[in-house]
Amino acid sequence: MSKRIGMEIALAAAEAVALCRPEVIAAYPITPNTHIPEHLSDIVADGRLDAEFICVESEHTALSACCGASGTGARAFTATSSQGLAYMTEIIPIASAMRLPIVMIIGNRALSGPINIWNDQSDVMYQRDAGWISMFANNGQEVIDMSIQSFKIAEHRDVMLPVNLNLDGFQLTHVVEPMEMPDQAEVDAFLPSFKPLATLHPDKVVSMGTLGLPDIFNEAMEAKDEVLKNSRKVILDVWKEWKQKFGRTYEPIESCKMKGAEIALVSMGSMGETAEVAVDELRKQGVPVGLLKLRLWRPFPFKDLKKAVKGVKVLVVLDRAVSFGGPGGPAFSEVRSALYNEPDKPFVMNEIIGLGGRDVRVEDFVKIVEKAQKALKTKPKDDYEIYGVRGS
Amino acid sequence: MEKKKKWPEDWQDVNPGLMVFRPGSAREYQTGSWRADRPIFDESKCIRCGLCYIFCPEGCISQDERGYFHADLDYCKGCGICAHECWSGAITMVEEG
Repeated sequence: MSKRIGMEIALAAAEAVALCRPEVIAAYPITPNTHIPEHLSDIVADGRLDAEFICVESEHTALSACCGASGTGARAFTATSSQGLAYMTEIIPIASAMRLPIVMIIGNRALSGPINIWNDQSDVMYQRDAGWISMFANNGQEVIDMSIQSFKIAEHRDVMLPVNLNLDGFQLTHVVEPMEMPDQAEVDAFLPSFKPLATLHPDKVVSMGTLGLPDIFNEAMEAKDEVLKNSRKVILDVWKEWKQKFGRTYEPIESCKMKGAEIALVSMGSMGETAEVAVDELRKQGVPVGLLKLRLWRPFPFKDLKKAVKGVKVLVVLDRAVSFGGPGGPAFSEVRSALYNEPDKPFVMNEIIGLGGRDVRVEDFVKIVEKAQKALKTKPKDDYEIYGVRGS
Repeated sequence: MEKKKKWPEDWQDVNPGLMVFRPGSAREYQTGSWRADRPIFDESKCIRCGLCYIFCPEGCISQDERGYFHADLDYCKGCGICAHECWSGAITMVEEG
């Protein structure tokens, strides 16, 4: 039976991961994800989880250790943030290329510089093209649920890819929320033991991480792209099963108040909760506004997006990262590009918001919707803006 | 005889994660095709000291039953280290083709 708990979300994430019985955990502490591996090390030390907790000297080694562990057939977990994730960069595309189903929780934090420990999503956007499945949680309950789902998705035989689960630093990691924690029997029934494609073992010959010369590299990249795209089916199946077993619905894009919406916001992560409050209030005032919460980032949910924006006239994508000198925030450029060839598409605009822990309040969304209302009549010239910047 | 396939033809045939499930597969990749210069061994100058064998980074030089050394041209990349190290000047590098 699931149990109702009140707990800091990072600790709840660690408890949920422990229920998945990882066999190797390798992590290096970095704010704001620290409480996740810290609490897991407590759980291991207390004897509640039979796992190898490797106190590595760096994040580069944390992910390398997870790759080695996963290669031997162990269920491997790591967690990090910001510079720690950046320090893993060299190993990140290797984990996916080697088809190692490692699960990583990212407590999203701004990349330096200037040095900043607070929340935005520039860290994961930096790793966008690495071939991992990437998902965003909006609240504590979703963190618990998606932590458990991540292992099942990653380890499915048709997938065998690493997953990164994103939760906003502080806004989620350090907040206490009421949540439902599944029990061990429920998780065991949902999540089978890990059956690797091959294991590094002296008795069975296998080479992993092989050389790919020009004669094979194109085909290897096509295979990597195809397997990531095809993971969508497994992700949807896992979410369907979750709904049946635990009653909570997960979709690649969650629609809120989209019926008859002329204006729609697109959010990722915890600010979707705040935006929902704003949308509710505006709807009461008769403003035809809705909200799309983008949960699945990779593989990108093209089909769901095209369907969700039917009838929308202005779509405002809210980004929590900048692509300096580029076309706008990463979510914006992907959303606009996904819709470009559609015959009937909304005008797409971009607000980059909440960088480096800058508060994002209900009234900010109200102001953004007012801008979108103006855009219904006169299209703004700039593709994007950093919202609330002083001096502009 | 059917020509032996060196690479998986299509992307669908690629092993997951490019894993290789048999030992010694590197042997099938004949690096001799990289070679621009080929080593020529002059037995009249060779003192059979074996330095070329020791220095060859490819491990492709071996000794015959008479004690003389030769490079396996299927794998020799033509780096010229053997010729550089040879005391007696028995090895010369000659352009291919």
